[in-house]
Amino acid sequence: MRKAMRPEGFSRGRLLALCRKEFFQIIRDPGSVLIAFVIPLILMVVYGYGINFDSGALRVGIVLEDAGPQARRLAYAFSASGFIEARVSDRRAELDELMQAGKLRGLVVIPADFSRRLAGGEKISLQVIADGSEPNTANFVHGYVQGVLRVWRENLARDLGIEPRNLFNINVNCWFNRDMVSRNFIMPGAITIIITVVGAILTSLVIAREWERGTMEALLSTQVTRAEFLLSKLIPYYFLGMFALVVCLFFSVAVFQVPFRGSVIVLFGLSTLFMANTLGMGLLISTIMRNQFNAAQVALVSAFLPSIMLSGFVFEIDSMPLAVRAITYVIPARYYVSAMHTLFLAGNVSFVLLSNAAFLLATGALFIGLAALKTKIGLE
Amino acid sequence: MRGRVFTLVLKELLMIFRDKKARMSMIAPVIIQSLLFPFAATLEITNAALGIYSEDSGRHALELTQRLAESSAFSELLILRRARDIAEVIDNQKALLVMRFPEDFSRSVEAGQEAQIQVLLDGRRSNGAQIAFNYVQSVLGQYQRELLDGLGGEVLVEIDPAFRDWYNPNLDYKWFVLPSLVALITTVGVLIVTALSVAREREQGTLEQLLVSPLSTWQIFVGKAVPAVIVATVQGSIVLAAGMFFYRIPFAGSIPLFYCMIVLYGLSLVGVGLLISSLCNTQQQAFIGVFLFMMPAILLSGYISPVENMPLWLQQVTMINPVRHFTEITKQIYLKDAGIHVLWQSIWPMLAIIAGSTAIAYAMFRRKVA
Amino acid sequence: MSALNQPGVERAIVLDRLEKSFAGEFSPALLPLSMVIRPGGVTGLVGPDGAGKTTLMRILAGLLEPSGGRVSVAGLDPLTRKAGLRAILGYMPQRFGLYEDLTVQQNLDLYASLRAVEGQERQEAFRRLLRFTGLTSFTGRLAGKLSGGMKQKLGLACSLLGHPQVLLLDEPGVGVDPISRRELWGMVHELAGEGLLILWSTSYLDEAEQCREVLLLNQGRLLYSGEPRALSRSMEGRCFLLRSRAGNKRALPQKALSMPQVSDCVIQGDHLRLILRRDASGASGADTLEALGFSPGDMLPATPRFEDAFIDLLGGVPARRPVLANLMARPVSGDTAPVIEAVSLTKAFGNFTAADHVDFAVRRGEIFGLLGPNGAGKSTTFKMMCGLLRPSSGKALVLGMDLQKHPAGVRERIGYMAQKFSLYGGLSVMQNLIFFSGVYGLSGREQAARVDEMIETFGLKPLLGQQTELLPLGFKQRLALACALMHRPDILFLDEPTSGVDPLTRREFWMHINGMVEKGVTVMVTTHFMDEAEYCDRIGLVYQGRIIAAGPPDTLKERAGTTSRPCPGMEDAFIRLVEEYDEKSDAA
Repeated sequence: MRKAMRPEGFSRGRLLALCRKEFFQIIRDPGSVLIAFVIPLILMVVYGYGINFDSGALRVGIVLEDAGPQARRLAYAFSASGFIEARVSDRRAELDELMQAGKLRGLVVIPADFSRRLAGGEKISLQVIADGSEPNTANFVHGYVQGVLRVWRENLARDLGIEPRNLFNINVNCWFNRDMVSRNFIMPGAITIIITVVGAILTSLVIAREWERGTMEALLSTQVTRAEFLLSKLIPYYFLGMFALVVCLFFSVAVFQVPFRGSVIVLFGLSTLFMANTLGMGLLISTIMRNQFNAAQVALVSAFLPSIMLSGFVFEIDSMPLAVRAITYVIPARYYVSAMHTLFLAGNVSFVLLSNAAFLLATGALFIGLAALKTKIGLE
Repeated sequence: MRGRVFTLVLKELLMIFRDKKARMSMIAPVIIQSLLFPFAATLEITNAALGIYSEDSGRHALELTQRLAESSAFSELLILRRARDIAEVIDNQKALLVMRFPEDFSRSVEAGQEAQIQVLLDGRRSNGAQIAFNYVQSVLGQYQRELLDGLGGEVLVEIDPAFRDWYNPNLDYKWFVLPSLVALITTVGVLIVTALSVAREREQGTLEQLLVSPLSTWQIFVGKAVPAVIVATVQGSIVLAAGMFFYRIPFAGSIPLFYCMIVLYGLSLVGVGLLISSLCNTQQQAFIGVFLFMMPAILLSGYISPVENMPLWLQQVTMINPVRHFTEITKQIYLKDAGIHVLWQSIWPMLAIIAGSTAIAYAMFRRKVA
Repeated sequence: MSALNQPGVERAIVLDRLEKSFAGEFSPALLPLSMVIRPGGVTGLVGPDGAGKTTLMRILAGLLEPSGGRVSVAGLDPLTRKAGLRAILGYMPQRFGLYEDLTVQQNLDLYASLRAVEGQERQEAFRRLLRFTGLTSFTGRLAGKLSGGMKQKLGLACSLLGHPQVLLLDEPGVGVDPISRRELWGMVHELAGEGLLILWSTSYLDEAEQCREVLLLNQGRLLYSGEPRALSRSMEGRCFLLRSRAGNKRALPQKALSMPQVSDCVIQGDHLRLILRRDASGASGADTLEALGFSPGDMLPATPRFEDAFIDLLGGVPARRPVLANLMARPVSGDTAPVIEAVSLTKAFGNFTAADHVDFAVRRGEIFGLLGPNGAGKSTTFKMMCGLLRPSSGKALVLGMDLQKHPAGVRERIGYMAQKFSLYGGLSVMQNLIFFSGVYGLSGREQAARVDEMIETFGLKPLLGQQTELLPLGFKQRLALACALMHRPDILFLDEPTSGVDPLTRREFWMHINGMVEKGVTVMVTTHFMDEAEYCDRIGLVYQGRIIAAGPPDTLKERAGTTSRPCPGMEDAFIRLVEEYDEKSDAA
């Protein structure tokens, strides 16, 4: 059908019948059930427990080359701090090997002349080595070691009756996430990935399946129009996606205790827009590929991986180079992640929500429009 | 017998690389991902926006503002005029972090009293905000040291921690991403080559054709395993080449050892792939199976966040995750020049995964066809 | 005057120099066609696979755009008046678009709504169509769980919703057993009687005889249009049956076809069916007999069939030497022990018994056929014999050994050709040949020599670099046979080897098989083609998981003979025996 669709061609009865058919197919297909219910649950657990940026106790080795009481006291300061799980040893080689094996993330070398220099008031140089193969953890090692040293120095001063001097007193306040729990921003992001998977992967298979099984030809010979056909694919999978969303919401709030401060209505509105994006993307892929094998592969590479890497969910978009940042503008997950973070943690911040909604509307129109353009009601 | 297996391997390779489209689908995603993801995957903060609300017109607030503006983390400085702008700027994500200097800030510093600074972070991006805050702290620390030196007060202990970062001296995030990417990219390729290709043979009837031939199940397995390992090696080599020559990350360890490990990893994925395919009848099922395995495996590999941050029970679950072991191995060889004895802790679980998955796949396969 | 301006076109299908070619294919799918198809009877669109039948159907349904010429269906142009056409059109594609994961009722509901059949009318239509198709008691069953015949009936019912005036049925007879096929034809004739325009496409030439008119297509060209009987009648006096006496019937067709006056010669049970060319005189008939070693008393006149006429229209079967058989020569050992044997072979899937105590034995140098409708259990039995399926009980023995337990040694002596084309579609012809010879342990110079033999024998030389999945079906089948024979097996398993292949290719195929059997190769074959069963030495008739009758084809035909019809065809025999079996089991 090359010409623009005539409005009188649209029939609600046909659309309803097609939707009903799609619905029956969904409930009979174990694959759909698996994708819509089991995968969200598994991913919720994986994200909820498996992804965590809040370092627990870091394993740090203390090389104690000096056996004097002051050196021991410093080593003890490390063990006693709640942030560091210290392994004190005087055998350097052993600790080096543990570093290589990744069992220690840092080394602090307390030199042989430590006590002597301390007693003599000389400058002490303390070697602190971090495992750079985990840069994020290495940064934590730096920070924690400095913190321990500061406390140790202040205690030493107090012992001598001197009050330590500090010029700045920094009062940190983390808005929306007072205790800086990383789970609070991971779960809203995880929902984005899950909705993308449910929407794009499932729909990328459905049109391809109609072609493969030969049912497309029978549909084409009836009066079904392009709009009816596309809507009949969008509507049932929209509800399926929304169901997955409700499951995820329940899990995030009830099990993982993530606060939800926004309005549920706004959430559903934005989710509808986002679903339109992922469904449109899935439809686009499957109309172009017409074969489940290729459709699935493309959906994996073009929908799932970018939504993890380029959505700002884990990695800050601002920190990416310009060219990569440009690409993120056509990744709908980017807008949804931002909106979800705001809705969960900050509440209804209209500027953020509206601008993200506007972008989602634009990308959604792009994907559905392309899908409609590529859906041919005909065999060539 | 060798001739038969060789024939199978050759056939499989012809199928994988049969035309331009097929070759592209094996190579193009590898190249795109190795060019895109190392740039995208960074936990450093650059180009962030910093808000400053200063009620103090003294020189210290000004000096600090200037120093912060020079930091690479912040490319944008928002000078706020009113206290209520703070909420506006953070709510609307115009700044990741806002600093507030009170009216008496400079005066307190001059007087040697503790000066108050308020720092507000956007908790929606608490990880990024925390990293940005670390930059702020180091700037403040540096400034404080300079001021105290200038004041010439008595120094009780002069302890000077010399920080060094082994294996990645500049803590460049790309050095971390690239070795992990070898594991990530080969995972997709190998699973598709094994699980989906067996399902396709089953769907298209060619599997029956093989089963009535004198080939044994083991030969069919080997016929699937060798090409998959070749694919893993080729894809791994592309990422490796990108790392060494494009990103110029020096390869610290032994390259032969690295390739041995790629083969080992390839085999462990082959085991998983065959296991999935032995449970599935159609390509669609196999695809869902691959997906069901791959997503948690990648997320729990230590690539997104370290394994040691997980609860203990989950850490134990990841023992059966080959992706986790291989990401550890790649980093240990590529960056840390580890030898076999250090790698052994990751090698034996992989061997166990290979043995376990292949044995189950073999049993399932026999039960299904026979 | 253009055909479009003729009177009466408002209810007919009119083609005016219609042609169609696809991008990237060298020969056009349809050469310019002009014709008028009128309502009130069934018009058969007959031709072998790849003749252009489906392309024409799709153009008529408005799914493809013609490359040239004009079409009008009931006065409407399928391209510009799409909506109008679809309101009056019932179209049943080749693999009818039934949703196998929906029930019968849900499928009907869907198509009723799509065709806006609502309310009272809808219930009425359901009642009528369900009664008509005999599906009333199956409404709750999943469409995927219906037998082939029931699926086609449901497909027909779905395309009949909304009172179409034009019914396009693309190969509705495929995968349907003879009994259901008869019922389908009955329904369609009834509908035609009501004044519908019905176009039924088929590659089964015997179906053509059911039609009021046929359009015979071959390679996009219209060979004949008109009454089918008129065409068969033109063959009268040129069709004969020869009773073969000695056991050399397999060599005779070859010999006969090398004579210039013979158009076609095939094995039909114990007989040979001989067709003489149009220009052959009566005398040449006698010459032929003499040359083949028969006396005039052995020759009976036979009723001409549509297939005879079809082969004749194509210019007869070209003479070819079965080179293959010479290559396959193996010393025939004198033993009479069964080569393939099923002993009380049973396979149950849950509480459904697909094969129920099947017994048979095949001797060396014999062709044994399993004949039966889809879903009767012949594929299950076949797979157990090849070792692809583990029997629930009983034994499947090949050369006295269980394929499950002693695989490698026996498998080297087996050649296997699956029902579905199952070579590597993505590889080239040459790559497939190399692969399969390699799998059977051939290497080096020997491998090269065997591959060359096959290329020579099957005429594959010009196709070696072609991607296999793009080959025409006939060549795919030849290649599949070549791959199955490269290691010179002495036992051949063939699962529906010639389904969908045109009659000429089928003859060539059987020529090779016959040649090999002559040399002592044993063949087990499954088929639902009645005329294919005629090539077998013995047939087992499979129905509801059991072998309900077994014996040489002629014996089975005789058993089914009645006084009113003393010499039934294979299809009649089949239906008769199944009915007999049903009666007996009903009585029990």
